[in-house]
Parts: sequence; structure tokens; C-alpha cells
Amino acid sequence: MSAVLFFIAAIGAITGAFGVVLLRNPFYSVLALAFHLVSLAALFLLLRAEFVAAAQVIVYAGAVMVLYVFVVAYVGGGEQLTTRGALRVLGPLFALALAIELCIAMLGAGLKGVNSRGAAYVPGFGTPGSIGKLFLTKFLFPFEVASILLLVAAVGAVVLARRRRGLEPDEQLEVRLDAPRPAWTGTMAEAGGLRLPIPEQPPTTDAEPVGSATASDGAPSPGSEHEGGW
Amino acid sequence: MNIGWYLTVSAIIFCIGAGGVLVRRNPLVILLCLELMLNAANLALVAFARMWGNEDGQVFALIVMVVAACEVTVGLGLVVAIYRRRLPIDVDELNELQG
Repeated sequence: MSAVLFFIAAIGAITGAFGVVLLRNPFYSVLALAFHLVSLAALFLLLRAEFVAAAQVIVYAGAVMVLYVFVVAYVGGGEQLTTRGALRVLGPLFALALAIELCIAMLGAGLKGVNSRGAAYVPGFGTPGSIGKLFLTKFLFPFEVASILLLVAAVGAVVLARRRRGLEPDEQLEVRLDAPRPAWTGTMAEAGGLRLPIPEQPPTTDAEPVGSATASDGAPSPGSEHEGGW
Repeated sequence: MNIGWYLTVSAIIFCIGAGGVLVRRNPLVILLCLELMLNAANLALVAFARMWGNEDGQVFALIVMVVAACEVTVGLGLVVAIYRRRLPIDVDELNELQG
């Protein structure tokens, strides 16, 4: 039974991996990776790694794939992008050579452990309880480092991906600043007394927008906060 | 199933990912292929943990998943920044940093 499940999951994982590489549209690649990850979670279950399998499905196939789908939908790009020239031939050849070499190294080594079914199963192996105990005793320092790493990555992603002033012309900025807005509708700039209420009249083209008047002397103006400028 | 089978599957997935990194030019797909390689390493780690009857390998796999999530976050942030600057989404064209 476990052999059948292993082959189903392994074929699913390898098929998903091929789909990621070979499919033209990045969106389909993401879906293939999600399929691959679910198959891999089945393999983890067969290896008695229940917590890792659950984390794989929830974190990867859930959260990370949603992030990918959002970015692919934002960036788009279904165009065909494969390398030109020598790498197009040498890349698959290199991968094939590496695969053959790794298989020879692992299967030809004749190690006793590799050719066994693994250690005897102890009840409680791989459960959240025992993994959590390991994380909070033996691997406490890596655990804390991982949390700091996640924080740094989150902050770094926000800094990298936010909209910066001066990188591209923002055609919508004037329109947004000039939008007829009733006086004292509760913007933060008004609350701080930094921005005068815009009179209720349709904006004219030569009218100086209130937000950009303070932005010209270098200080980030509160009126253009939604721009996230430096 | 013997542990060797899992290691073989892990090796195959790793090589597919490595070939994909070499062949594809879309940075999104290259990130996906990096995920494939990290997951292959995870499979090997979990297989070795099963082989030894020791959960340290599973903890290692979880840490690798954390690192992969960070890598994805920063990588996708870079892709979004590239897209915002109207640069081509193509790693062969993005060669400003070469010496």
C-alpha cells in the first residue's frame, strides 16, 4: 500500500516539477508548483513527518502560492521566455548529467541505511508536540533566528516593492491631489493643521495643488503620504 | 519503500529545478525553480530523518521552509520593483550590475 502511494506521490511531484519548468505561462507554472507541493506533502506523510507535511500544505501551498498568484496577476507576462544560444542546450544536459551522477552516488554507494526502510517507528515521531519540544529546547536559537529572519524579509519586501518618488512619472498624482473634497473630511493632514481645506469648487488646471506646494521644499509633505515617497 | 527511492526522487526534482534555473529567463519562473530545489533538499532531509529515526532533520526542513519563504518574499518584492520601473521582466536583460 505504501509503495503504491509512494509511486503516485512521486510521479505527481516529478510531473509538477516538469510542469513548472516547461509551461510557458507563469500562472500555469505556479499552479504546477502547487500541485508539486501537495504531492511532496504526501511523500512527507509517508516518511512520518506529519507536522512538516501540514506546514508544507499550509505555508507553501497556501500562503506562498497565494503570494505568487498575486504577483503573477500583477506583473502578467505570458510571453515566451527561454534562453537563447548555448544555455538552451547545455542547461538540460547539465541537469541530466547531475541527475545521473546523484543517482549513481546514492544508489551505487551501497550504504546500509539508504537501502533500509529506516529506523523503527516510534509513536510520536514527527508530531507537532515533539517538533515543538525540539524547537523550544535543542533548537531554540535557530528558532529565534528564523523569526528575526522572517521579520527582516517582511520589512525588506515592503521597502523593495513600495512606490518610490522619482522612479516613474505619476500621472494620477495631480488628479488625486486636485480631487474636489469637502472641507474637513477628516484627513490626517487636516487634523494636524498642516493642510488647508480645499474649497468646494471644481479644480482648475493652473491651480496649485495644496499638497505639492509644501513638497517643493524638500520635506515630505503630509498631503502626499499615500505616495510613500522618500 | 526504501529510503533510497525517496532520495532518488529528491535528486530528480533537484535537477529539474537546476535545469529550469538555467533555461528559463522569467525571474518569476526562476524563483519557482529555486523553490523546487529547496523542496528537493527538504525531501532529502526528511528522508534522512526517517532513516535515523531522529527528528532533527525535520526541524532542519522547517527552517529551510522559513528561509524559502523569506527568499520568495524578497524575490517577489524585487520583481514588483522591476515591474514598477518598467524594466523588462527578463534576467538576461537585467545586467546593469555586471562589472
